[in-house]
Amino acid sequence: MTTYQQTAMALCLAFTATGSALADEFSAAEVQRWQQQFMTVVAEGRELWTSPKLGSNTVACAQCHPNAANTHPETYPKFQKQLGKVVPLWEMINWCLKNPLEGQPLAADDPKMTALQAYITHERRGVKLEPGKH
Amino acid sequence: MNSINNSRRNFIKNTGALALGATLPISLVELAFADSSENFTFAYISDAHIQHIKDNRFVRNWDRGLIRAVAETNLLTPKPDFVMFGGDLAQLGSKPELDHGAEILSALHGDVRYVMGEHDYYLDLGEYWQKLFGPQYYSFDHKGVHFVVLNSIKTFDDWTFKRWPTAEQRMLEMAGLDNPNGSPFMVGDEQRLWLKKDLDKIKKDTPVVVFSHSPLQKIYKGWNFWTEDAEQVQALLKPFNKVSVIYGHVHQIQYNQIGNISFNSVMATAWPWPYPQSYAQAEQYLPKLTVPMNRADPFFERDATGWQFINIANGNADLNFTLYDNSSRIVRYNKKLKRPEDAVYQDEKARIIPQTHY
Repeated sequence: MTTYQQTAMALCLAFTATGSALADEFSAAEVQRWQQQFMTVVAEGRELWTSPKLGSNTVACAQCHPNAANTHPETYPKFQKQLGKVVPLWEMINWCLKNPLEGQPLAADDPKMTALQAYITHERRGVKLEPGKH
Repeated sequence: MNSINNSRRNFIKNTGALALGATLPISLVELAFADSSENFTFAYISDAHIQHIKDNRFVRNWDRGLIRAVAETNLLTPKPDFVMFGGDLAQLGSKPELDHGAEILSALHGDVRYVMGEHDYYLDLGEYWQKLFGPQYYSFDHKGVHFVVLNSIKTFDDWTFKRWPTAEQRMLEMAGLDNPNGSPFMVGDEQRLWLKKDLDKIKKDTPVVVFSHSPLQKIYKGWNFWTEDAEQVQALLKPFNKVSVIYGHVHQIQYNQIGNISFNSVMATAWPWPYPQSYAQAEQYLPKLTVPMNRADPFFERDATGWQFINIANGNADLNFTLYDNSSRIVRYNKKLKRPEDAVYQDEKARIIPQTHY
């Protein structure tokens, strides 16, 4: 055994002895908690999606996209001919915020942008990924 | 086909130097007057969703859709016998919205008749709308055709009268198309009783055209592309030889044939809606007969919106869709197969890629 191997083994034994979880071991309770975290953000996204206050003119995303239909998150990133380049979904969301909603765009990592994308993709669950599709 | 050329010539002559004339897709105005003196036409504008922001501001995009439909309808030659407005003039049923919408529609030449939509109704249960436009359901006769207008967007009394603390909240709950707190549309007992009496007086070979806001057939309940007592209404229409139901609400092209009844939807002037099959979680029943409109391109503000010019040819309805940013469409009654069909795209092989919805 090399020194390195000895050290590694010692560390493993130490963790086992103190009862710390290994990286790939998590419980059903944890899975449930993470799922709840996700669904909370989905619900925040649904609130924003139906809110007359996201833009400036009282128009809500849901007016044109009930249940986020016709947003096709499974096709992004894709070439958006009107923007002349390949874009991820959040850039298209910002286009909608600026145009039909006459509002301000959101930063890519804005929690509101995360929530909107969580809601859109949740409504599209079960559909296979087809990046680039038109 | 001569009638097309004549229409175009007359149209250009009559509109003269109007810039709009050059872009109006008038070639779709295929009139059948030569075949029968009974044939006539009317225009159909629907789902304007005039939306109040505050003070004197309204959503510009929806305003423009209605203003354009009114302007183009006024340019039609020959003049339509009358104009129908198919409901959802307002977004949240308020006086400013109904007044502003009525003001825009007041520019229409000739008679205009109105259908009630849920966005007009659920604030004050149609009270102000009635002051402006008349009764919520009625019938009239025109050139041998019996027309019936229904208020098909009513719902259970419990939902309407007991569930919501304020009228404003009731309106907001029904205004959200995909709102799980909503409630299914229905014509209801009172109107069905009235309809039965109204139709009892009509000879069974008289063509009957019914205008409703919601489809008098069941397509997708989640978005109220649905009327709860559709089958009961259809049963009242069954004894007649030629029946057409023309409805709004769905903001897309749909058509179907159930027994003796032809169903046609009309376009919205405000914005398009996805077909229900685009919602991955939905159980839906879009009629197999329907060739969908193109998937909307939001970068064209008026894409997948428009209005229509309806030709009552020998008692059947042919719909000519004027689509601002798409090729025009014609859905015409096929006398041999006894059903409405698209004039160009009905055959599977004739369809184009943008008509695929997913």
